Amino acid sequence: MSSEHRISIEDVAHVAKLARLHLSDEEILRFTTQLADVLDHASDIESLNTEEVEPTSHPYPLSNVFRSDDPGPTLSSEEALSQGPEVEDGQFRVPPILIRSQQSGAAAMRQ
Amino acid sequence: MRQGALTLARHVRSGEMSAVEVVEESLAQIKAKDGRISAFNAVLGERSRRRAAEIDRQVALGEDPGPLAGIPVALKDNICASGVPTTCSSRILEGWLPPYDATVVTRLQAAGAVIIGKTNMDEFAMGSSTEASATGPTRNPCDLSRVPGGSSGGSAAAVAAGMTPLALGSDTGGSIRQPAALCGVVGAKPTYGRVSRYGLVAFASSLDQIGPIAADVADAALALEVIASHDPMDSTSIPDPCESLLAAVERDVGGMRVGLITDLLGEGIDHDVTERVEAAARALEESGAEVQEVSVPSISYGLSAYYLIAPAEASSNLARYDGVRYGLRVKGENTEKMNVATRTAGFGDEVKRRIMLGTFALSVGYYDAYYKKAQKVRTLVIRDFEAAYRSCDVLLAPTSPSVAFAFGERIDDPMSMYYSDVCTIPSSLAGHPAISVPFGTGAGGLPVGVQILAPPLREADMFAAAAALERA
Amino acid sequence: MSTQARGGGSIQAQAGGHEWEIVVGLEVHAELATRTKLFSASPNSFEGDPNTNIDPVCLGLPGTLPVLNVQAVELAIRVCLALNSEVRPSEFARKNYFYPDMPKDYQISQYDKPIGVGGFLELPSGKKVGIVRAHIEEDTGKSTHVGGTGRIDGAEYSLVDYNRAGVPLLEIVSQPDLRSAAEAREYVSELRAVLLAVGASDGKMEEGSLRVDANVSVRRRGERLGTRCEIKNMNSLRSIGRGIEYEAKRQVALLSAGESVSQETRHWNESEGRTLTLRGKEEATDYRYFPEPDLVPLRPSSEWVESIRSALPELPRFRRARLAAAVGRDASSVALFVERNQDTLAIEAVAAGADPAAVLKHLEHNLSEGTGRLTAGAFAELIAMESKGELTSNQVKATLAEMAATGADLKSVLADADYQAVSSSRLSSVLDELVAENPVEWERYREGDSRERKKLQGFFTGKIMRLTKGQADGRAVAELLRKRAQV
Repeated sequence: MSSEHRISIEDVAHVAKLARLHLSDEEILRFTTQLADVLDHASDIESLNTEEVEPTSHPYPLSNVFRSDDPGPTLSSEEALSQGPEVEDGQFRVPPILIRSQQSGAAAMRQ
Repeated sequence: MRQGALTLARHVRSGEMSAVEVVEESLAQIKAKDGRISAFNAVLGERSRRRAAEIDRQVALGEDPGPLAGIPVALKDNICASGVPTTCSSRILEGWLPPYDATVVTRLQAAGAVIIGKTNMDEFAMGSSTEASATGPTRNPCDLSRVPGGSSGGSAAAVAAGMTPLALGSDTGGSIRQPAALCGVVGAKPTYGRVSRYGLVAFASSLDQIGPIAADVADAALALEVIASHDPMDSTSIPDPCESLLAAVERDVGGMRVGLITDLLGEGIDHDVTERVEAAARALEESGAEVQEVSVPSISYGLSAYYLIAPAEASSNLARYDGVRYGLRVKGENTEKMNVATRTAGFGDEVKRRIMLGTFALSVGYYDAYYKKAQKVRTLVIRDFEAAYRSCDVLLAPTSPSVAFAFGERIDDPMSMYYSDVCTIPSSLAGHPAISVPFGTGAGGLPVGVQILAPPLREADMFAAAAALERA
Repeated sequence: MSTQARGGGSIQAQAGGHEWEIVVGLEVHAELATRTKLFSASPNSFEGDPNTNIDPVCLGLPGTLPVLNVQAVELAIRVCLALNSEVRPSEFARKNYFYPDMPKDYQISQYDKPIGVGGFLELPSGKKVGIVRAHIEEDTGKSTHVGGTGRIDGAEYSLVDYNRAGVPLLEIVSQPDLRSAAEAREYVSELRAVLLAVGASDGKMEEGSLRVDANVSVRRRGERLGTRCEIKNMNSLRSIGRGIEYEAKRQVALLSAGESVSQETRHWNESEGRTLTLRGKEEATDYRYFPEPDLVPLRPSSEWVESIRSALPELPRFRRARLAAAVGRDASSVALFVERNQDTLAIEAVAAGADPAAVLKHLEHNLSEGTGRLTAGAFAELIAMESKGELTSNQVKATLAEMAATGADLKSVLADADYQAVSSSRLSSVLDELVAENPVEWERYREGDSRERKKLQGFFTGKIMRLTKGQADGRAVAELLRKRAQV
C-alpha cells in the first residue's frame, strides 16, 4: 500500500468531524501527508504474523479490582460549578443541542 | 541546590537546617534562573513558605515530618494538586483548578515534601522537546539553544538547573527518561501500576506512569519509595509492596547479569551515544556484573505500535475537553459548534495530530489493522523481553538516540520527533520499569543518558545497576 | 431460542389480503439499586438539587479514574442467573461519542465481552423469550431544555445536571422473539417483576429506572425477517404498547403500498401518538469501541457466582403459582401481591384458616404500604373476628395498621383501642337503651314517611355514635336500625 492510499483527504476530513475539530484546507492537506507518513512507518507491523497472538490492553495482569458500595465524599455543587464556563440554576449551561446530530440512543429519552 | 534531597531531608529532620531555609533557597534559585530556562508554569511561593514553616513547627515539637521533610518537589503540570492551576501546558485547561489532590501529591505531602511549583511540558505530554507547550518552550540548562527533551522537559530542566532537588514527571513513551538524559539528570519510570495514576491527567492510560526526576540515583530512589504504593483509587494499581530502593542503591552488583540490547545500537543511534552505552557496559563489568549481548527482536516494531496505541487512547481521553464543565469555552451557536470551536482553539498542532491519528486508528474498518494489531505487537514485545530476562537480570540501552537537539530541528517533522522515543518506547509498551542515568557526555559536551531496563516489579535491581553506573 | 406458543401473540394486521406478523426484540436498561455509583462513591440518587450527588470521578474531571462497584456486579449477576444466562468473564470498553450530559464524552460500557450471555425469560403465558446478552454500563446526566417549547428541538439553550451520571445500568437485550405489542408489554412487565424480586432495581418506569428501546419489524407470515426500526422514548408500559403498535402499522402500510422500510432509529412521540425519524442508518455513529484501559478484566469466580445463585430468592412466576394455588385464583390475578412481597404472609394466613378473599382484600387495600411486622396468625384471627361482625371494617383497618407498625399482638391492640365496645351485640344493647329512652322518636322513625325516617335515622345514628365514642360502623348502625324497625 502506498502512503497516499493509507489515508485520504476525505478520511482526514471525516476523522476531524468525529473528533470535533475544525481543520482549514491547508491543515487537512498537511495532516493528510503527516498522518500518511506515520501510518507508512507503521506498515512494518502489517507483515508480522499475529494470528495466534492475543492483544495486550493492560500491561500488568490484574483482574477483579473492586470498590465496596459505600458512599464517600461528594463535591458541592458550588465546587463543581465554579469551574463551569457558563452556569445557571445550579447547572451547566450549554447552547442548544441538535437532536439530529446527537449520537446517543439514551439521549433521545432525556427530554 | 547545593545538596541533594537525601541530605537536605536528613538535616531538616535533625533540626540542623530549617525547611524554610531549604524552600527559600529553591525559590531563590528559581527566581535567579527560570527567566532564562522557563521550566515552571507556576511557582507556589506563598504556599511553599507556609508549608515549610509548618514542617519546622513539627520538627520543633519533636515530630518527624517524614523522609522528604522540607524537600521542594516540582510537579509536572499534568499532576493535580487541589486548588493549584493544572494546565497540561494547554490553552484548553486555562483557569482550571482541580478540586482534589493526586494520590502522589497526598503521599509526597504526608512524607513532608513541599510542592514548589508546576513545570512546563509538551501539551498533554505529547512531544519529546517541550516545544509543543502553549506557554512556550523550556530551555536546556546545559545549552540554552537546545531543547530539554520532553515531554517532562520542565521537570528535568528544573532539577538540572538546581532550582529544585526533586521533580515528578510522567512517562508514556519516554517522557521522563528522555528529558532526564538530555538534561544530564536521573529519571525513572516504574513498573506500570507501581505509582498511582489517580490525579495524573491522562494521555495514554495503558502507558502513563508517574516517576521521579532527581540529580542522583539515591534521590530518585528516595522519591520513588515515597510515591510507590497501592492505591484503591486506581484499578490498575499493583497491590504488591515495593522493595526498599534506597537499600538497593547501596547494593553490590557483583554477579548481576546485564544484557546489552543489540537492537538499540548501531543504525539510527548516534555514534557518541553508542560509545557511551558501550562504556557503561564496560563499567558495569568492572563493577563485577556479567555483561552479555541480547536481542529483543520485536522492539523494532515498538515505535509503530506505540504511535497507534498512544494516540488512540489519547483521542478518547481528550474528548472530555468540550467546553461544557471546565476550562476554555469558545462560543458556538449550538453545542456541537461550541465543542468544535473550543477544541480547535484550545488544542495545539501536535495534540490535534495525535487525536486525528488515534481517532482514525480506532475507526470502523481500521481498528483491526491498526489498533488491535498494535496491541498484538505489544504482546510480542512482552514475550521477547521475557525471553531476554531468562538470561539477564537487567538490560542496558541508550535512553535517547542523540544528545539534546536544537530548537526547531524536529518540530515540523513529526516522524523525526517520534523517533526520539525509539529507545524508551519498548519498556513503556511492556509496562516494565526503566531508568535513565547520566553517563558522561557526547557531541558538544552535552550529556548522554544510558538506560537500565528491568522486569516488572524489579525496580530494586534497576536501581542497584543505575547506582553502580553512577559510582563508576 | 425458538419461539413457542406464538398463536395468542400475533396481531392480525390485515392488509392486501396478507396476514402480517410483528417481530419485536427489546433492549431494557435497568438502573441497578446500589447505594453508590458504578465507578465512584457519590450516592446513586438523583433526587434533590441538581449537581449535588457528584464527585470528581463521575464528573469525569481530568486525572480521575473509575473503580468498579462490587455491588453493581453482584446485582448484575443476580439478574443473569434469574434469566438463566451464563455469567462470563467480561471486560469494559469505551463507547466514544460527544454529548454534553456525558462527562467524559465516552461511556464506559461492555462491548464484545458482556457479563451475561444467553438465557431466557419465561412469560406468564409460558412462552420463553430468548435473551441475547446483559451488560453493565454507566448512565449519563440529564439535560433540560430551556426556551422554545421546552423540548430539545428549538430550545434556546440547555442546562445539564450530572446527578445521574455514573449510575449503574444493566442493559438486557432480548432475542426478536416477541410477536405483538401486548407480548412486548408482558415481557417488560415480567422482566420488571424479576428485577424487583432479586433486588436489582426499583423498576420505576415513570422515574426512568427502567427504560425500553424496541427493535420492530414486520413480515408476511412465514417469510424471512423484515427491515427493522429501533424505537426509543417509550416511557411506560402503555407507551411501549402504543409505540410498537403504531410502528408495526406504519411498516405494514409502507410494505402494502409496495414501498420499503428503511432501517433507522425512530422516536416515539407520546402526545402525537406516532414515531418520527431520529436518524437514518447512514448517520449511524462510529463509536470507536476499544478496551477500557482504566479498568481491569472482571472474572467472577465460580464460588462467588454459586454463592449468589444459592442466595437467589424464588422467582416471581413460581411465587405467583404457589400463591394462586393457596388462594384458589389464577396466577395472573395475584401478580400484585408477589410484586409487593405479600405472598408469603397471604399463604400463611390462609393456612392459618383465614378466608382467602378477605386476605387478598386487606392486602390489596389496607396493607398497600407494606405488611410490616404483621404476623399471619394475628391476621387470620382478625379476619375471623371481622367475619363474625365483631369488628367494623374501619376497626380492622386501624388494627392492621397498628399491628403492621408495632408488631403488637391482636389482643393488646384491641384492648388498647377498646374495640369490643362496638361489637354487634354491644351495638344492639345501645339501641335498646335508646329506644327505651326515646319511644316517641322511635315510633316516628318506624311509621314516618321517608323524609321523616331519614331525619330520625340521623337522630339515632348520632346518639349511637356519641355513646360509642365514634367507634361504631356507620353501615352496621344503619343495618341495625333498618332491621329493628322492620322497615
